[in-house]
Amino acid sequence: MPIVEFDAVRKNFGDFAAVDGVSLKIYPREFFALLGPSGCGKTTLLRMLAGFETPTSGRILLDGQDISTVPPNRRPVNMMFQSYALFPHLNVRDNIAFGLKRSNRSKSEVEDRTAEMLNLVQMNDFASRKPHQLSGGQRQRVALARSLAKNPKLLLLDEPLGALDAKLREQTQFELVNIQEKLGTTFIIVTHDQEEAMTVATRIGLMNRGSLMQVATPSEIYENPNSRFVADFIGDVNMIEGTAGKVTKRDGEAYAEVKTMSAATLKARCGVPVSSGEKCWLAIRPEKIAVSRTRPRSAANLVSGCVDDIAYVGNLSTYHVKLADGSLIKAQTANRERIARREITWEDEVWLSWSPDAAIMLSD
Amino acid sequence: MAAGLRRYLLIVVPYAWLLVFFLAPFFIVLKISLSDLAVAMPPYTPTFDPSAGWEGFKAFISQLDFESYIFLATDSLYVNAFFSSLQIAVLSTFLALLVAFPMAYGMARAPDWLRPLLVMGVILPFWTSFLIRVYAWVGILRSEGLLNQFLIWTGIISEPLQIMNTPVAVYIGIVYSYLPFMVLPIYATLEKMDESLLEAAIDLGCSRVKAFWLVTLPLAMPGIIAGCFLVFIPAMGEFVIPELLGGSRTLMMGKTLWNEFFSNRDWPVASAVAIVLLLTLVVPIVIFQRQAERQQEAGR
Amino acid sequence: MTRKFTWFNATSLTFAFAFLYLPILILIVYSFNESKLVTVWAGFSTKWYGELLHNQAMLDAAWVTFRVAFTTATLATILGTMAAYVLVRSGRFYGRTLFSGMIYAPLVMPDVIIGLSLLLLFIAMNIDRGMMTVIIAHTTFAMCYVAVVVSSRLISFDRSLEEAALDLGCSPMEAFFYVTLPIIAPSVVAGWLLAFTLSLDDLVIASFTTGPGATTLPIKIWSAVRLGVSPEINALSTILISIVTVGVIAASTIDRRRAARAGERG
Repeated sequence: MPIVEFDAVRKNFGDFAAVDGVSLKIYPREFFALLGPSGCGKTTLLRMLAGFETPTSGRILLDGQDISTVPPNRRPVNMMFQSYALFPHLNVRDNIAFGLKRSNRSKSEVEDRTAEMLNLVQMNDFASRKPHQLSGGQRQRVALARSLAKNPKLLLLDEPLGALDAKLREQTQFELVNIQEKLGTTFIIVTHDQEEAMTVATRIGLMNRGSLMQVATPSEIYENPNSRFVADFIGDVNMIEGTAGKVTKRDGEAYAEVKTMSAATLKARCGVPVSSGEKCWLAIRPEKIAVSRTRPRSAANLVSGCVDDIAYVGNLSTYHVKLADGSLIKAQTANRERIARREITWEDEVWLSWSPDAAIMLSD
Repeated sequence: MAAGLRRYLLIVVPYAWLLVFFLAPFFIVLKISLSDLAVAMPPYTPTFDPSAGWEGFKAFISQLDFESYIFLATDSLYVNAFFSSLQIAVLSTFLALLVAFPMAYGMARAPDWLRPLLVMGVILPFWTSFLIRVYAWVGILRSEGLLNQFLIWTGIISEPLQIMNTPVAVYIGIVYSYLPFMVLPIYATLEKMDESLLEAAIDLGCSRVKAFWLVTLPLAMPGIIAGCFLVFIPAMGEFVIPELLGGSRTLMMGKTLWNEFFSNRDWPVASAVAIVLLLTLVVPIVIFQRQAERQQEAGR
Repeated sequence: MTRKFTWFNATSLTFAFAFLYLPILILIVYSFNESKLVTVWAGFSTKWYGELLHNQAMLDAAWVTFRVAFTTATLATILGTMAAYVLVRSGRFYGRTLFSGMIYAPLVMPDVIIGLSLLLLFIAMNIDRGMMTVIIAHTTFAMCYVAVVVSSRLISFDRSLEEAALDLGCSPMEAFFYVTLPIIAPSVVAGWLLAFTLSLDDLVIASFTTGPGATTLPIKIWSAVRLGVSPEINALSTILISIVTVGVIAASTIDRRRAARAGERG
């Protein structure tokens, strides 16, 4: 049974539909990420779950109970805020104990639980500090401890790592995952950072303009995007426009030939059902394209062009290759050897090749 | 729903208070201004008797007239008081601006450690009694007062100047009393100003003086306008300053209202003066309120 | 920071502050004058302070004023804080423009108009005039000042703090008392102090709305100064100025310390 169920939930702000008919089930112990560009409705969805917004229509079920009209203070759900929302007039301990004191717990129970939470986030030494005396990472941990203190059925995290710098964020992501696994609480995180979603989540719901575009595991969403938007939003991708040709089936997968604008014929896996003659897009990730100066002997997909630009970022190099029809394709290689020995340089004529499984065909 | 009820109560309590004790009184003033003077208590007629019902109400309405206003418009005393108020308010607002701008400008450019002290120095007099501050000038401006003693001692003048009981004393009093209201908004805009804007202007070929006219002054405009309203509106209805420093020959609306009410006990005319003063100030007050609201929105 | 503090700036500041403070200083100095003639220095004396202490009418007026100001400040703080909440938080509602108009207008409305209109209201409502009517009148304009002071703090208040309180199980009332109020407390206290001094200070509105047995200090001072300068009034003024000055400096020092402590990190 799902712990949370959104049933055709809509939220309008005036004429604007922030959430436009979302249906979604989230299961116990999941670490679910709501991912999307800013203004896509992911935060509104989360705030409806916390009780700060009421759905215009539709139902939200928690453990099978409709909670759409339950006020936030009566929901067994806690939230970690983007700004952390630590109470500036209370010290770390009192911040963590705040929610416990509002419930019918005895004094010793509150103290024990607070100590336990301080321990969990390793903030024992800072228990009597005020929030303004803490670093960003420490504040983040206090906010986490405070929202977990009441042992909620569901923890909501609104861009929890947005205020941290890149290094600390990466480390904190793993801490979050560890804590979630240890406690077994269901986590729902809202983020606009696709890498963060991929790292922490067991399942991702990708949203755009108030609708869910795709709900799937991180690898599924990366390898098998179901639309141009999803392919484009997650990671880097080349989009080649074309017309679908012959469709064949092999090992239960459908493959189609694509006739590109420059009349080349490429083969790709079908991400969505297509019929021949239809306009379609072929999506191929840069790291799945091999670059070589000599023509590979056998390749299912092969195009040639000249190197227009090289972006060297240390561990990787991305080649921007201009094809005969003027379009650009990005191909990425890992730099296993030192740069001086790199054999491809600007203006070189190169061949790009990839397997039919690497590319995916999407409809318009 | 409980949340709706709470919000409703939160709005209703202060709203009702202001409606009853701020807005409703104006209608009573309006009504009395249309009544006639009578030797009775309360000293005006007609008085509305709710027990007479609709007919009584009609009779009551029919007895209202503009007599008090006609009296105001035809008696040169009141016409003079109106224009004298306007002149004093406009001129002292301008004088206050002349004093306040260099002061605010100096404060904005003062070293970081000094600025909070200067702000405090401007605010402090505002917290001390208005009446006392005006009174302090009496001892200074009198014929035998300190200013005249000083000027005679230095030899600038031989005979004491008559400042007390003239409009000049009123100008000094208003500028002095309302100076913080002018300085603070101007300081607030100047203090926020990015100094690199001036450098950019100079870099683009302005002289320092020109940069001041083309950059500093336009950017300080919101503060200047706010300050002018904050001085002009209360100055227009000022009572204490003209009464204490201006003497019997300085006419102002606030003073006229006070005298009509307390000395002549002519409530209809006093009310009519209040209505005229209010109508004069309604436009500046609305502009002031709009601007105050807009600044709040901007602060969000 | 490349702000240049020029001689021109220094000179204009010196003159402006001399203009602001010299009259007050002179007033204070002459409160210690031996002579009854305020403008002739006749040696140092504190006798006017002694006479003040024996002036029962003055002391009574001071006590009335204090009670009025205290009640006014408390009422105005409650109503003004509510009004600030409505201004900042209630969004659009029917009559909002009128409401904000009624908040801002009393800030600049001439005293004589407020005083006259309230008096006529009290008469129309057949309310006996006395301390109560003065308190109502003072509360009406002081609450608007409180509303402005508190709302400027509320605007910068992070609403997610209240949401966090609700999320952690507070009812909206509890959220206000446990979280919002402690955080906006400095502005509420500032509002209270402002309301207190405004009430302490007011002559015109009190003159209109007062009744028998409710003569406030400014009314008393007014009737004295209309007769001319008197050293006793100088002494009284000096006491009032000292109280306010000490109060304001203490309040702002506490505030600065708090700010400094808050600034220790990040």
